[in-house]
Amino acid sequence: MARAILYDSVLCVGCRQCEETCSERWKLPYNEKIAAEEKVSAHKLTAVRTHGERFSRKLCMHCIDPACVSVCPVAALQKTEAGPVVYLEERCMGCRYCMTACPFQVPSYTWSERLAPKVAKCDMCSDQLKEPTRCSSICPTESTITGDRDELIEKAKARIKENPKDYYPAIYGIEEAGGTSVLILSAVPFDQIGYNMNVPKEALPLTTWAALQHIPNIVVSGSVLMGGIYWLNNRKEEVARREGGK
Amino acid sequence: MKLAMPKITFWRMIFAGLMLAALWATYVRVTGGLAASTNLSDEFPWGIWIGFDILCGVGLAAGGFTLAAIVHIFNLKEYKPVVRPAILTAFLGYVLVVIALMFDLGRPWRIWHPLIMWNPRSVMFEVGWCVTLYTTVLFLEFFPLVLERFKLKRAISVLKAMMPPIIILGVVLSTLHQSSLGSLYLIMKGKLHPLWYSPLLPLLFYISAIAVGLAMTIFESWHSARAFGRQLEWPLIQKLSRMLAVVLALYVAMRLFDLTQRQAWHYLEQPGWESRLFMLEMILTIVPMLLLFREKTRQNPTGLYITVVMFLLGFVTNRLNISITGMERSSGVSYIPKWTEVAVTFAIIAGAFAIFRFAAKHLPVFEAAEHPAPAGESGGRRSDLVSAGASGD
Repeated sequence: MARAILYDSVLCVGCRQCEETCSERWKLPYNEKIAAEEKVSAHKLTAVRTHGERFSRKLCMHCIDPACVSVCPVAALQKTEAGPVVYLEERCMGCRYCMTACPFQVPSYTWSERLAPKVAKCDMCSDQLKEPTRCSSICPTESTITGDRDELIEKAKARIKENPKDYYPAIYGIEEAGGTSVLILSAVPFDQIGYNMNVPKEALPLTTWAALQHIPNIVVSGSVLMGGIYWLNNRKEEVARREGGK
Repeated sequence: MKLAMPKITFWRMIFAGLMLAALWATYVRVTGGLAASTNLSDEFPWGIWIGFDILCGVGLAAGGFTLAAIVHIFNLKEYKPVVRPAILTAFLGYVLVVIALMFDLGRPWRIWHPLIMWNPRSVMFEVGWCVTLYTTVLFLEFFPLVLERFKLKRAISVLKAMMPPIIILGVVLSTLHQSSLGSLYLIMKGKLHPLWYSPLLPLLFYISAIAVGLAMTIFESWHSARAFGRQLEWPLIQKLSRMLAVVLALYVAMRLFDLTQRQAWHYLEQPGWESRLFMLEMILTIVPMLLLFREKTRQNPTGLYITVVMFLLGFVTNRLNISITGMERSSGVSYIPKWTEVAVTFAIIAGAFAIFRFAAKHLPVFEAAEHPAPAGESGGRRSDLVSAGASGD
């Protein structure tokens, strides 16, 4: 069973208790001013956003094949079997490729940290895999729930089927970036509540792999070709020298 | 012996100013972190330290492997006089790239981490390894100059015997990481503007690196001829410029084919900076290409120099368009580098010029090309070039 989150924005009342409990967990300050910041940052790993009368939550989508994990040169980001994408600070050198690569613009950086800046992002409460995530436990309307991905997809489909009037008939996260462990339901098209619809439908690591897979070939055929040309040219010179010497 | 104060000239003043500014910027970077020294943000995490110092820096140093391949592998010995300056530039370039990277990394003292913490799926991991190995290769290619300077004949002969595999390794490593700098952006699908995002990015980066390697070699020859009152290796430069014209034509053809193939031309109608800077980049690439095909341009040292500089600017515009211009729209913010970022970048460029000059003066960089200018002409720098041009016909 791989952990996943279903966030149903139709049920969300925008109480922001998920934000508060998340900040507590990471020992980050939380106050009215921070609550009013409607974006994720290094001091706010999940954010509730207002769109008129509707709300939406932003958090790490925990892709099934994450761009951030594939690009990290030191494997400081890893997709665990349990589902969460976790960050190992002790490996990170701060190149920030994960940030440029993330299709959802999620990882943040502690820019003002002078000596030990680090990447910050939601880790789906990977410290307590037996219990639901803190944001799920605290949610008063059950708009965020934790569970197995396949089961959550079934649940989401059932909600759409039962209340077709209340739901936009799609689940954000089934295809986005090749599939994510966070799934989202909405009453309106997703871009109207702040979700990026330009995210490719394929697993992004495939794009770079298309180039990387040729490396062994380039190394072998390149060396052989260059070596061959070098040898041939050298040989020509040698023969010329010998014949000249006769 | 009395120590003489260096003569104060206009360029030395500029140089000192840039170095002081960079020193101050370094202080800000060290004491205030990336927040104080850059305008980077969560939305825009890569700025000019990556876009210029790394992407352009590595590209502009591509002459090292291009010329090494031409001379030592394809055995075109006539190009020998320009291979040493090209390797010197490359070695300098890579060392400066690593220094620039130390500014950009959040925790620069962990720069060695990719060597032991592997992730073979990462393009950056591959680039890190290639750049590390290639900088070592360049050091070995460059080191004979130092040995020659101190006349260590035994060491030279040992190193010479090792050279062929080292040079082949250098060409392979360069092929890998020059193209991989383009592969870095393959993952930005949906983020990088479609005028630049292409599955061909690795190939385009590689071809343009070869072109810029040739262009930099011409650029250096022109400058060192001026600075040291040497004769320009004119017939050679002309041949190199013909080669450059062909590589550029290939590059331009690929760009045009790619844009057509991806049906991306209509993005030029989109209002905003992208289309304008795209046009600038294209003009600065296509115009020099056309000029290089004109025999008249190739026969005129000044004309050729201006043409080459135009392409160098076009190359820089391309790399900055990919790393900055093309990334802005999807990020939702606009990025303008802070003075500290600019100061470090300019200091690195100035440093490159200064160290090259120093090395060229004290090491046998141009020794292979020993044919001093006739006495009458060595005084006037400009006349040197003109006479070199005339003698080339």
